[in-house]
Amino acid sequence: MSDTYLPQVLPVPVPMDDGFDKPYLDGLTEGRLVIQRCASCGTWIWGPEHVCYHCLAWDPEWLEVEPRGRIYAWTRIHSPGFVALRPATPFICALVELPQAGGVRMIGNLLGDRSQKVTIGDEVVGEFERHEIKGHLYGLMHWRRTG
Amino acid sequence: MRNNRLAEVTLAGIGHSGYFPRGKSPDPDFRLILKALFAACEDAGISPKQLDGLSSYCGPPTDPRRVAAAIGMKELKFAGLQWASGGGGTSAAFANAAAAIIAGYCDCVAVIRSVKMDEGTRYGQFGGGYGGGGVETVSGYGFRGVDKAPYGVLSSASTLAFQAQMLVENKGIDPAVFSAVSRASYYHAQNNPDALMYGRPLDAATYDDARKIAEPYRLYDCCLENDGACAVILTRSDIAKDLKQKPVHMLSVGETMEFRADAGAFNWPDFCSAGFRALAPRLYEQAGVGPQDVDVVQIYENFIHGVAMTFAEFGLCTYEDMNEVLTFENLIAPSGKLPLNTSGGNLAEAYVLGMGHVLEGVRQLRGTSKNQVLGAEVCLVTAGPLTPMTGAMILGTGDVR
Ligand SMILES: [Zn+2]
Repeated sequence: MSDTYLPQVLPVPVPMDDGFDKPYLDGLTEGRLVIQRCASCGTWIWGPEHVCYHCLAWDPEWLEVEPRGRIYAWTRIHSPGFVALRPATPFICALVELPQAGGVRMIGNLLGDRSQKVTIGDEVVGEFERHEIKGHLYGLMHWRRTG
Repeated sequence: MRNNRLAEVTLAGIGHSGYFPRGKSPDPDFRLILKALFAACEDAGISPKQLDGLSSYCGPPTDPRRVAAAIGMKELKFAGLQWASGGGGTSAAFANAAAAIIAGYCDCVAVIRSVKMDEGTRYGQFGGGYGGGGVETVSGYGFRGVDKAPYGVLSSASTLAFQAQMLVENKGIDPAVFSAVSRASYYHAQNNPDALMYGRPLDAATYDDARKIAEPYRLYDCCLENDGACAVILTRSDIAKDLKQKPVHMLSVGETMEFRADAGAFNWPDFCSAGFRALAPRLYEQAGVGPQDVDVVQIYENFIHGVAMTFAEFGLCTYEDMNEVLTFENLIAPSGKLPLNTSGGNLAEAYVLGMGHVLEGVRQLRGTSKNQVLGAEVCLVTAGPLTPMTGAMILGTGDVR
């Protein structure tokens, strides 16, 4: 086993063709969580958008947020639909909401015992995981229960 | 009293290609479509050459120009496509076809859709990973996007399981409801020789003991993977009255996407919704019926929890009484209070992106289902949920007011 939560058999996240979401992916590589907020009305936005869906102002700004939140939903995956992941099953994915960023949500793996009891609402903190595959550097944002 | 212009359109013919386990169809996709089309025309009592419109949904669709050329259609006057959304697009393809007929663009439209799978297009399998010298990459925030694939969320089951878990934990839905839905589908398939699970009944112990896929899903909570095609003929009602079959009408039809339901990275605001809350009252009103008038339901189920949410959002039960109402006994025909997916549905008949549900809705209203609900007059057929954009139609017998 590698020292990453899931073996390094998964596809490498790369920015969209126009580089639009580079601040997010570069942030993960550097160990920072960076998402969008509208400079005009303050609405937090995730996934990335070109305009604020609330006030329609252009180009929401990219801001670093503290990686902590609570579990909004989760699943323990036993049959991932990818042969190369089978040795790593079961593994847990958490959908985490960030109260300090308008409640936006993001998925990460839930670190720790793969048979742990998980409950919606559990408090979590983020942990960055660095990957390097054939010269491609990237980062992932995982979560760990604090309670 | 009311003026529902859908009265001008009749569902006049239904047909399918035969259903095959994944990869087992002897025919390529295009021949499956032609077989379904010919079967539907035969059922209606028309020649395929009488068609002048084609309607479909969910890319990549069959190319309507190819179909029209292949069958020697004199003139293709309407080729409609609902953009996307998998099984969420079925009803929209019917709405578009009906609109084209009512607008006078054409007189006789076939709604067509096939599913044909090879290893590269299976729903449950990711074909990527590292090959040769390069690396596999992902981008964007949709299915298998950068927010999901690197964390092992690769399949539809993994993607949708979060919502199902929320339904269990936050709405208090007993997993016994999922078992009941799955077993009712298999029960109905035992009377339907066309169903892929014909001859393979499912009991509660087998359901419970099945392997876990992505919690809370077990194997029998997930739709089939298979090959097949379906077609439905829509035509002007004044033409249909001289055709072979008892007329079946759409009393109402529509599509819907709730506020930001396609927001990326799992950020649609109301996560635990089937997306029908605005559409359902609209459809009941147009149809001039209410939940109490629905005799039988055909609810799209790529994954099982969508059925539970749909029952609630169409007012057929509430989240509070769901555990008591959605029992095996209530979901089976002919004796149950709300017979569900009476051909076996996506779980036990075949998965043709929801087209099978329409065919079965028509059969119920003609009185020709293998699991006939006696005297069925109103049938709800849904397209989706579990896609950002969904739709539904209420089918009925007799006159549309
Ligand atoms: Zn704004």
